[in-house]
Amino acid sequence: MAHFEKPAEGSWTEHYPELGTGPVSYEDSISPEHYELERKAIFAKTWLNVGRVEQLPRAGSYFTRELAAAGTSVVVVRGTDGEVRAFHNICRHRGNKLVWNDYPREEVSGVCRQFTCKYHGWRYDLQGACTFVQQEPEFFDLDKTQYGLVPVQCDVWQGFVWVNVDPDNTVSVAEYLGPLGEGLVGYPFDKMTQVYKYRAHVGANWKLFIDAFAEFYHAPVLHARQATADESRKLQGVGYEALAYKVEGPHGMVSSWGGMSPPKDITMVKPIEQRLRSGLFGPWDRPDIEGLDPLPSGLNPAGSRAWGIDSFVFFPNFMLLVWAPGWYLTYHYWPTSFHTHIFEGTLYFVPPKNATERLRQELAAVTFKEYALQDGNTLEATQMMLESRAVTTFPLNDQEILLRHLHKTSRQYVDAYQNDLRSPSTSAPVPAIS
Amino acid sequence: MPVLPTEFADLEQFADWSLETEAERYAKRLSSSMDALQAFYDAVFPRLEEILASLDQFELKSLSEQWTRLLWLSYSLVNVSFPVEVWRQPRVPDSGAATMDVVVEPAI
Repeated sequence: MAHFEKPAEGSWTEHYPELGTGPVSYEDSISPEHYELERKAIFAKTWLNVGRVEQLPRAGSYFTRELAAAGTSVVVVRGTDGEVRAFHNICRHRGNKLVWNDYPREEVSGVCRQFTCKYHGWRYDLQGACTFVQQEPEFFDLDKTQYGLVPVQCDVWQGFVWVNVDPDNTVSVAEYLGPLGEGLVGYPFDKMTQVYKYRAHVGANWKLFIDAFAEFYHAPVLHARQATADESRKLQGVGYEALAYKVEGPHGMVSSWGGMSPPKDITMVKPIEQRLRSGLFGPWDRPDIEGLDPLPSGLNPAGSRAWGIDSFVFFPNFMLLVWAPGWYLTYHYWPTSFHTHIFEGTLYFVPPKNATERLRQELAAVTFKEYALQDGNTLEATQMMLESRAVTTFPLNDQEILLRHLHKTSRQYVDAYQNDLRSPSTSAPVPAIS
Repeated sequence: MPVLPTEFADLEQFADWSLETEAERYAKRLSSSMDALQAFYDAVFPRLEEILASLDQFELKSLSEQWTRLLWLSYSLVNVSFPVEVWRQPRVPDSGAATMDVVVEPAI
């Protein structure tokens, strides 16, 4: 029985007829060749979120990001002029990685006045200009102005920092995110600066973890034991229905109810949640800040009083979850091979005013980890059996519309890339990456 | 020298749960028996309201060493509430070899 109204077509999926309703192939998640195409067609061409401006509080603040899928490492830095810029993390002299500590493959962050290469001491200012060459007269007609760091396109949207390694990109992040992004403008992301960040190495294709977080069909089953026994039986009996879905270009979103913040009946939740007034959906009491009432127009699109959370899937690998009680969560999925990726989950709260608020946030963060551990491990089991190819296509239901859309979108990017290779005259050449 | 404030001297026997980082708290949880987790939970959970009422009298950023230790102890209570209230085992069921490491957490 339907609890929430669906579009006139009878289903969310049929509201977007281009998605089709047939079984979906998961070859795109188990083929090394397809992954290599995705790297060039997607990760080397689209905007990728790499962090927040709060990570760059002052001139000289920097962080590095390992973009294995895009074939590079970038350093993102706030210049003396206050601008946020990104550069390929490579010294112009002989190719050494410029910014790293101890372990070349690990990301670093900090504050500096300039970048100095560990190898031969070449220096670059915060705007990327080469300022010092060791034993400069030994070189042959070397013009330092021609040896600045190689820039990477960088853009800031609502405090989120993005890079695009395609030098031919002509689209801003705001344009790229389209109407779904526009609907979030004005949300007080900048006031939510208390951060918990988790990282996991996951033995599954990057799209499979997006799949897991882009549908809640699994929640009453996989996470059954996280609720009290009575509540769990009830949840499984009811199943899951979203309040609304939206698909816009390569991006999508699902709007969901949130009966647990606070629950109608306090005995539905665990003792620690009852005592602290917090849980998976975050602290039950909204923080006292501007910007949460009214919410930006893109949130709670169904206008439901039962609204609990909106999950945005910004293609390719960034998810943004805005929770009714006034906090947000981001997911990043960084591919490292066709069947592995690094997952990052980051929780953002308004800084707590006292120990009670602090402990409520701690409970939300710990709960997130308990859920994500269950999700992550299930993915490895899925990847393993998908690779058997014993079954190659899978029926996706209406509550899995965003998965259908994600896999279709990434296949479309790969198809477009291959078409461009066949008839290069129709578009700009695609830079090769290794 | 007691680790915790004198008002909570009765919890001193669980002071080894007063750990600064999530990694330390989670590791201690995984290496503890269910009996040990239950004993810690049974001792601290009934005092939680009192603990928070006491801590809330201070600014979070200006907590003394002993009060900070008590706060860390309460973080551990949150962490072990899952095995005690839900899982009946230290580890998340079906999480196998999966790990999820904290790379950024609040300073206090």
